[in-house]
Amino acid sequence: MNPSPLLEVTDLAKHFPLHRGFFSRPTGWVKAVNGLSFYIRRGESLGLVGESGCGKSTLARLVVRLLTPTDGSIRFGGREIGALDRRAMRPLRKRMQIIFQDPYASLDPRMTVAASVTEPLLNGSTFSKREQRALAADLLSTVGLRISDLDRYPHEFSGGQRQRIGIARALCVRPELVVADEPVSALDVSIQAQILNLMKDLQQQFELAYLFISHDISIVEHFCDRITVMYAGQLVETAGAEGFHGACRHPYTRALVAAVPRPDPRVALPLVTVEGEPPDPAALPPGCPYHPRCPHAFDPCPDHRPPLVEAGGNHQVACWLNRGKGMNKGER
Amino acid sequence: MTRYLIKKMVSLAAVLFLVSLTVFSVLFVLPGDPAQIILGINASPETLAALRARLGLDQPFWAQYNSWIGSLLQGTGGHSITYDMAVFELIGSRLAVTGPLAIMAMALAVVLALPLGIFAARHQNRPADAAVMAGTQLGLAVPEFWLGILLMLLFSVHWGIFSAGGFPGWDEDVWGSLKALFLPALALGLIRTAILTRLTRSSMLEVLREDYVRTARAKGLRERTVVYGHALKNALIPVLTILGLQMGQLLAGAIIIENVFSLPGLGRLVFQAIGQRDLPVVREVVLFMAAAVVVVNFLVDLSYAAVDPRIRLDGQ
Repeated sequence: MNPSPLLEVTDLAKHFPLHRGFFSRPTGWVKAVNGLSFYIRRGESLGLVGESGCGKSTLARLVVRLLTPTDGSIRFGGREIGALDRRAMRPLRKRMQIIFQDPYASLDPRMTVAASVTEPLLNGSTFSKREQRALAADLLSTVGLRISDLDRYPHEFSGGQRQRIGIARALCVRPELVVADEPVSALDVSIQAQILNLMKDLQQQFELAYLFISHDISIVEHFCDRITVMYAGQLVETAGAEGFHGACRHPYTRALVAAVPRPDPRVALPLVTVEGEPPDPAALPPGCPYHPRCPHAFDPCPDHRPPLVEAGGNHQVACWLNRGKGMNKGER
Repeated sequence: MTRYLIKKMVSLAAVLFLVSLTVFSVLFVLPGDPAQIILGINASPETLAALRARLGLDQPFWAQYNSWIGSLLQGTGGHSITYDMAVFELIGSRLAVTGPLAIMAMALAVVLALPLGIFAARHQNRPADAAVMAGTQLGLAVPEFWLGILLMLLFSVHWGIFSAGGFPGWDEDVWGSLKALFLPALALGLIRTAILTRLTRSSMLEVLREDYVRTARAKGLRERTVVYGHALKNALIPVLTILGLQMGQLLAGAIIIENVFSLPGLGRLVFQAIGQRDLPVVREVVLFMAAAVVVVNFLVDLSYAAVDPRIRLDGQ
């Protein structure tokens, strides 16, 4: 493998306290992210898939340290950043940026586009007004907006345009890692494709690494180099995006993949339904978090949490099925 | 912009017209004959009738109303019965007390409330926040006049730093006049501080949760820039609204506090004028108060547009 990856996350956890009242002690913990590990290499894009409420956005915010992890380590560029405070994080923010899900809420309504886009530059460096403007103009044309848009305010733009502004803002400091937290889910399908293509082009142009978060597995398959699947605060499977459909082995992943519609009217899809509800992150089941809904659950599942283990060919699965019978290749 | 201004002017005129009509009708039907009050109960019917005729009180409603409006448009206003001078002039001289008092009180409130509110919001649900909130709760619960008396007791009686009331006049003694206004301004200001602090806090709390504040953090900006540059600017709009309303109210005369500190302001003027049935004064002061509220709100509207680019005054 290459030298150390750009981002390496180990046993990361974030638990939010549940309070009942003003002065009381926490009565419980919401385990939004519950011990997960992954890495991203330079210039690589890792897709993170999972259903609503599984902890994707919390993970995104942990990675760029808008939240402080409860446990575990985040190494960025070989440096441990999990415990750095706000001040110590500031120089690193030039190297990692985040694109938020909601293009309507994530821009300051009282700032012009030019100011919003170049504001990250003011972090520590000095630029003249003229240089800032030139750079803002440059960034806007990179994301396909007009120079004349520089002095307009966010409310004058459509959702797709705003997301482009968000991308321009993220790119302003030439980051190495961009965490994209559902960057297209608030947009129309036609705009989605534009934004995705733009992000892809920019990746090649600037050698970006993406942590691309989505609940749509087909988008991630198309966009990313590798895919990791999250369920109830944990990663259940990681594999290359190429041929992910056929290769995935975790029962949850298979259910997700089976739910993707195929644009072919002649193919009758077997309807794979997942019974039950995703678990309450404040009261996770013991053992494998998926076992109450898993059709294949057997002896060890309710008691022991399966570790994420190699399943051959840069493919990791966290499932006892894989370990118990996994040695018999391909057999399910 | 011009269209907006014209629209505002028209609505201001409409409000003033309605207020003038209402005030005039109410005072018209109110029992109590000004002539009787001026001359006393022993006046003969002839002198009473003569005075009524001189004051125009024997005229029918519309004639009286028209002559009143006429005097307003001439820029003098009516003639005060007790002070024997043009009411506009009277209001002007009283405004020289109430105006600075209102401005001082509001300035004090803003200077205290914004930092306190921001501080409380940034320490939400921690002891510091709880302390600030308890303080503002107290401020809301305490009546103005009682706070005024308390301050008087402390600063004037106990420590002797400020006088307990009265007003030397700007021509006589500028410094003394400022000092005379300080305690009443403090009493008015502290209570408004309580309201504005709570408002600033809740507004900041809302804004601090906004995505764009998180964006600002992700940009790696200094915390100060995040809080003051992004959050406060956006949190200020609801605060401005209430600020305007409060300012209008204060300009309209802090009737109670001016009485507590015996300040010759608008509030005291109208208070006494009501007792003395000095109808021209009552009418015009009420009209002025209404105008003050409307005008201040208009200024607040203008400031919205300056503060928030999403607000277009032309309504386009």
